[in-house]
Amino acid sequence: MDLPIDYATLRIIWWALMGVLLIGFALTDGFDMGVGALLPFVAKTDEERRMVINTIGATWEGNQVWFVLGGGAIFAAWPFVYAVSFSGFYLPMFLVLAAMILRPVGFKYRSKRPDPRWRSFWDWALFTGGFVPVLVFGVAVGNVLQGAPFRFDSDLRISYLGSLLGLFSPFALLCGLLSVAMLVLHGAAWLTVKAEVGPVTERARRFGEIAGLASIVLFAAGGFYVAFGGMGFRLEGLTDAAGPSNPLRTVVVAAPGAWLDNYARHSWMILAPVLGFVGTAVALLGLRMDRAALSFSGSTLATLGIISTVGLSMFPFILPSAIDPRSSLTAWNASSSHLTLFIMLIVTVIFLPLILIYTAWVYKVLWGRSSTTALTTNPDLY
Amino acid sequence: MDPAVVDLSRLQFALTALYHFLFVPLTLGLSFMLVIMESIYVMTKRPIWRTVTRFWAGLFGINFVLGVATGLTMEFQFGMNWSYYSHYVGDIFGAPLAIEGLMAFFLEATFVGLMFFGWDKLSRVGHLFVTFMVAVGTNFSALWILIANGWMQNPVGSAFNPDTMRMEVSDFGAVLFNPVAQAKFVHTVSAGYVIAAVFVLGISAWYLLKGKHIGVAKRSMTVAAAFGLASSLSVVVLGDESGYALTDNQKMKLAALEAMWETEPAPAGLTAFGIPSLAERKTHYEVKIPYVLGLISTRSIDKPVEGIFELVAIAEDRIESGVKAYDALERVKADPKDVTARAAFELHRRDLGYGLLLKRYVADPRMADAATIRKASWDTVPNVPVMFWAFRVMAGIGFLMIALFATAFVLVTLRKHQTKWFLVLAVAAIPLPWIAAELGWVLAELGRQPWAVEGVLPTFLGASDLSVAQLWTTIIAFTLLYGALAVVEVGLILRHIKKGPFAEQEAFASPASVEPAVA
Repeated sequence: MDLPIDYATLRIIWWALMGVLLIGFALTDGFDMGVGALLPFVAKTDEERRMVINTIGATWEGNQVWFVLGGGAIFAAWPFVYAVSFSGFYLPMFLVLAAMILRPVGFKYRSKRPDPRWRSFWDWALFTGGFVPVLVFGVAVGNVLQGAPFRFDSDLRISYLGSLLGLFSPFALLCGLLSVAMLVLHGAAWLTVKAEVGPVTERARRFGEIAGLASIVLFAAGGFYVAFGGMGFRLEGLTDAAGPSNPLRTVVVAAPGAWLDNYARHSWMILAPVLGFVGTAVALLGLRMDRAALSFSGSTLATLGIISTVGLSMFPFILPSAIDPRSSLTAWNASSSHLTLFIMLIVTVIFLPLILIYTAWVYKVLWGRSSTTALTTNPDLY
Repeated sequence: MDPAVVDLSRLQFALTALYHFLFVPLTLGLSFMLVIMESIYVMTKRPIWRTVTRFWAGLFGINFVLGVATGLTMEFQFGMNWSYYSHYVGDIFGAPLAIEGLMAFFLEATFVGLMFFGWDKLSRVGHLFVTFMVAVGTNFSALWILIANGWMQNPVGSAFNPDTMRMEVSDFGAVLFNPVAQAKFVHTVSAGYVIAAVFVLGISAWYLLKGKHIGVAKRSMTVAAAFGLASSLSVVVLGDESGYALTDNQKMKLAALEAMWETEPAPAGLTAFGIPSLAERKTHYEVKIPYVLGLISTRSIDKPVEGIFELVAIAEDRIESGVKAYDALERVKADPKDVTARAAFELHRRDLGYGLLLKRYVADPRMADAATIRKASWDTVPNVPVMFWAFRVMAGIGFLMIALFATAFVLVTLRKHQTKWFLVLAVAAIPLPWIAAELGWVLAELGRQPWAVEGVLPTFLGASDLSVAQLWTTIIAFTLLYGALAVVEVGLILRHIKKGPFAEQEAFASPASVEPAVA
């Protein structure tokens, strides 16, 4: 069938769109999760906690859809990635779901009863719903960089040979902690924008500074590990970027240090890690100078830079196999068909701008800081 | 593939999906009932209607969050537990799921926050618009998930690609306008509307029985009676449309739910009662109503309706043809350039799924003997007694609901809201539509067995490479988590009902809570 955009180009577009969705998730639900992880520490009294919850109470639900859409879009555009990653990381994925299930109910049910034990329970549920997914996502990214233990048989049926504990290698843990530091910084920056100025924002700034410093150290350490830790894979021979999506038809070898190849070939890509560092530094500066907008812009750029660094370092790899490099998933062998990618692109081009417009409108209507005094006058607040 | 892994994966899917569907239909229907109530408020500007809307919105919210929470599991479970399924049909099945996110989830989730937090920040019409967007979003999500499910029941617009070893889309329009999907969508959302109407009717009846909050209860009952009558009529009529769609696309499902072993000659009669026996392959004590099945399923009195024996014989032929498809596919895999093998595959491609049924008994379907093929052909028959009874209970409740709402409609029209015997019935009826809706899904999904995708991929091949221990871990953990949340949810709903519609106005006496800041 003749489609206006060729298959190889569509694959690159969908590789980039997968990045857009994951970054969209990290930037929006990321600060919700950062706030959740900070909740018990930046807010001490019940009023403070309610005030903090109300900084995200009305909008976290829309933000979470980036996660759900991420799942759906990967299913539609990269079915191999969807099938291998979620079945391979089965128990970690269950942990993420269980933790995230606590969030909708935590937000809604916490304020339904005045009992302090009831409220404290949901506070820790919200903490779990923020902290655990962020940690596990980071650990998963670490495993993706190192390669996961899976292979395909000739029917393209997946077998997975890893264990739950095997996922927690030192490098993967480092990635998990980086993920937590990055999004705690983002959450803290959000609180300086949206929470009532006072003890809560003071504490948020302090935690944000610690998280920002940790983020810089961990990101640098991760970079060294990627360069010298024996990681990396390379495609061998001629690659047909428009060939059928069949991983067994590509030749891949493990090549330590290969995750740096792209930076030698396309020097502009170095912008991504630079943005990761500069953004974090800007956020730290903003927190130090008590400039909320600066902090939040900084943490936004930092998140964008750090996630892009992972994607660009690995391109065209999406999920390499550590035990059978031939089974590795790349942008050229793991997508859905030409027609599906095209149709889904049309749908995305129509709906994504609409989503951004009405989301912006909702944020505008809800503009302004959350406050403790509003709790006594507005029955709608959590 | 370990059969225990397949069975446990199915158990987990059934548990999480049926649990998810306890909350979803109420969301589908109550969102539109809120639009109706709030529209009356906007048109009449009477504060009582604002109280009515906000009271039901409170219950909507408690229920909504569990729909969202359990929906997370649904989005990822295909990949987690059904990875071969996800690979095999992701090219088609993934698209409606992604579109659901883009078109529906973002809409409902972005506006639902504003619906709860925007009362004092929006004008009356502005807020009504937001409520309407939530209702549109939730109902769109039903549309897309049923397009996905409809394709599993009737896999149109797609073909197997031997180079990628999976099904790929060939005609996206056919997937969208799949008649099974359309029939299922309207039937399912109407069922949601009935559930919401029964919920509002039952709780209002409870208040009237207790003599509390009479003004709110009477008004709510009036809305529920009208909305419920329209929905209960459409759920039955459109369910019948689903039955008609089955005749063309899933003959086996129709034969199973009718426990119709032999082909029913024209004019086909409907079995009103009987005791189907799987072992003997016959139905005892049948009571038949002549002509009715022919009218429902063929819209005629001169066409026969095929029975299970005839359909199994057809399946047997298709398995034999499927073995040839499998053989050709193996040769294409060994040499992608083998032109004769590709030609042979083209000839038998549509029966490949039937050939795969044999994998339950032999690793290589080409090694199957005639007896095995025979056995596999009988695997295409779903669990007849369960289908037979699930259908009868579901349809019976459907007709009861029409009677309930017709009575309610007459009573509210005559302003006899406080007819005691009816109020007792209305409270007692609350669980019924949930039972019908869950049985509807049992019918749809059990009736599709042994297929994950009808005629294309047997369920047992779709599962992931997991261990029994992993599955038990998640089944037990999901059961505990979901069980605890159900207890909390029901507790909070009862608490909200007990506190009543005026609790917040008593707690927040400021005028801001009674009238919006922006008029």
